[in-house]
Amino acid sequence: MTERYVMSIDQGTTSTRCILFDHRGRLVSVTQREHKQHFPRPGWVEHDPMEIWRNLERIAPEALAQAGIGPGEVAAVGIANQRETTVLWDRRTGLPVTPAVVWQDTRTGDLVDELARRPDAHVVKDRCGLPLATYFAAPTVRWLLDHTPRLRERAERGEVLFGTMESWLIWNLTGGPDGGVHVTDVTNASRTLLMDLRALSWDPVLLDFFGVPRAMLPEIRPSSETYGTARRVLPGVRIAAALGDQQAALFGQTCFHRGEAKCTYGTGAFLLLNTGTEPVASTHGLLTTVGYQIGDQPAVYALEGSIAITGALVQWFRDRLGIISSAPEIETLARTVDDNGGCYIVPAFSGLFAPHWRSEARGVIVGLTSYITKGHLARAVLEATGWQTREVVDAMNADAGLTLTTLKVDGGMTSDNLLMQFIADVLDVPVVRPMVAETVSLGAAYAAGLAVGYWPDLEVLRGNWHRAGQWLPAMDPQRRESEYGNWRRAVERTLDWIKPPAG
Amino acid sequence: MPGPVQSIERAAAILRLLAQGSGRLGLSEIANSLGLARGTAHGILRTLQLVGFVEQDDATGKYQLGAALLHLGTSYLDVNELRSRAINWADALAARSGEAVRIGTHLQGKVLVVHHVFRPDDSLQTLDVGVLLPMHATAIGKVLLAYDANAAAAAQDSELEQFSRRTIRTPKELARALSGVREVGWAADVDEIAMGEAGVAAPIRGYGGLVVGAMGISGSADRICDAAGRPRGELVSYVRDAARAVSRDLGAARW
Repeated sequence: MTERYVMSIDQGTTSTRCILFDHRGRLVSVTQREHKQHFPRPGWVEHDPMEIWRNLERIAPEALAQAGIGPGEVAAVGIANQRETTVLWDRRTGLPVTPAVVWQDTRTGDLVDELARRPDAHVVKDRCGLPLATYFAAPTVRWLLDHTPRLRERAERGEVLFGTMESWLIWNLTGGPDGGVHVTDVTNASRTLLMDLRALSWDPVLLDFFGVPRAMLPEIRPSSETYGTARRVLPGVRIAAALGDQQAALFGQTCFHRGEAKCTYGTGAFLLLNTGTEPVASTHGLLTTVGYQIGDQPAVYALEGSIAITGALVQWFRDRLGIISSAPEIETLARTVDDNGGCYIVPAFSGLFAPHWRSEARGVIVGLTSYITKGHLARAVLEATGWQTREVVDAMNADAGLTLTTLKVDGGMTSDNLLMQFIADVLDVPVVRPMVAETVSLGAAYAAGLAVGYWPDLEVLRGNWHRAGQWLPAMDPQRRESEYGNWRRAVERTLDWIKPPAG
Repeated sequence: MPGPVQSIERAAAILRLLAQGSGRLGLSEIANSLGLARGTAHGILRTLQLVGFVEQDDATGKYQLGAALLHLGTSYLDVNELRSRAINWADALAARSGEAVRIGTHLQGKVLVVHHVFRPDDSLQTLDVGVLLPMHATAIGKVLLAYDANAAAAAQDSELEQFSRRTIRTPKELARALSGVREVGWAADVDEIAMGEAGVAAPIRGYGGLVVGAMGISGSADRICDAAGRPRGELVSYVRDAARAVSRDLGAARW
């Protein structure tokens, strides 16, 4: 029998990647292509959906060529994608009717404020589990319908389709204007503000609240299920999974049981906790979201805590202060001292995110004395990521009514041993790094392979997961508590910094 | 005897020029001062920039001496940087070989373990990062000695600690082993650090072929070696491929 593989497409914010995995979840080939970021006005961030589609048309065959195989040896393809980014396109021509509006885009700020003042604004959080905010898709769709001539009529007639990136790519792969399948998965739909989180269907109340026509929306499907067969780029290959990128990482880390959590450390960090088949409403500033749904099984939910500034603080230290010349050197510098010397940095660069949500807060460096060296500052930079993780984990434990026992980590910052040890120390649980760093792509591949029987069940996937490294807590409990106390006092000092404009 | 290499002479002249006066010069100023075509000067500056001897100011485009020149005596690649650049390849090597992977650099006559990937069998293992290993009794150490004449000389002069009856005993034996490593481009240890333990390692190279570390697998000799007690060929090629891949990422052209 010829060896067969599963392909994942990771359509991210800055690039699109194709990876082939083998039966044991090992990486066989990787191709990647970046796309342009467009900033037409302050606060606007756009992508060209055609550029992204053309990139996929190029890199998918390249990934096959690298492995020396044809589409016939690909058992299935799964897609993970940048979440919330919105594409509107013409059903007949297959062309986008506006540029894709990226999740970072803040053009809907005023619209969101206006919607939030409506007396019925509470329906949003009640029904979809998310707060009203600019980066979700529904306000963006509404904004585009309001600001593009004749778009609303065309959308109501079903001539213009909406989708996040996975919908756009699946529609194109399955034929585009010539019979393309218009679907999304539950994880992506859960980030639109339009889906009923329990029923997993478009919610008429929310559609009405945002003024989004039903006719333009894709069909909501499980994350792991065959949606259709590719007719272009990968002819004959089944398209069998779609997940938002952070949910894909949860899946790739095989966090299949309630209480299992992963944290991806990049520029920012995203911690997702599997809460089982019931959505858990957060009272501690976390988001309730769908983790994944396999075929006709019940959906698995997750709590999500996002930290805005983790790796970005190291980059600031490198690029703005020029104290180090590469990001990994932060560890070298931090190791020149034994502790933080009493210094704490709270990187509330654009306010505090989860679990505080204080937009008027700004960053502080506290505890400065003449004793402090750049080594202490480097420690404080790394420790900020550790303490922010601790705050989110505390919020999760409180919301979910359980206690985290292990944290699975991935992302670029996991190469920093000092940081990983510190996270284990402040959480007082083991921190574990898996052998396949590409957890987002792996998650999409796993979900696709599962749908077509390439892998029989979740247990086999768990068997593919291997520990590449582990850090065990070693901090004295008293010291942990006193340091955490100091951190919290530092956080207090960030609050109420930006004053509302006078008058 | 071959004559002087013109581009190296010119590079030296550029460095001397930048070391004078304000220390910041534009491309035209450098080209004019040395009577070089702009394209020629630019090519040399680009190369000097690549190796860190020259830096270019983002805002003004002017060139100045690079930080690497000031630290010529110290290791030019930060060990945490090395780990960060090698981590994906090290994971892939562990997955392919089924063995634990270590990356080491030379520190005061020992191997400093800068990265460690567990053997992918989920047994209980602890991270060895920061641990010091003997140079003459490990594959990683032999690779580091083979490409560092000073360290090799120091090792020859010091007492070679015996860990098992197979550990290298004499300076002569060590010299022979190291020349063998240079010949084949990889090293092994079999029953040398402890009976029943084996390892295979290959050099990680940076710009110009400079060896900045060594990467290898280690584990039970039963798994790593064939019936004749030699490291299995496919494991050796996995190790060499992974070390080469890291080297390419670090800018080594030929390896």
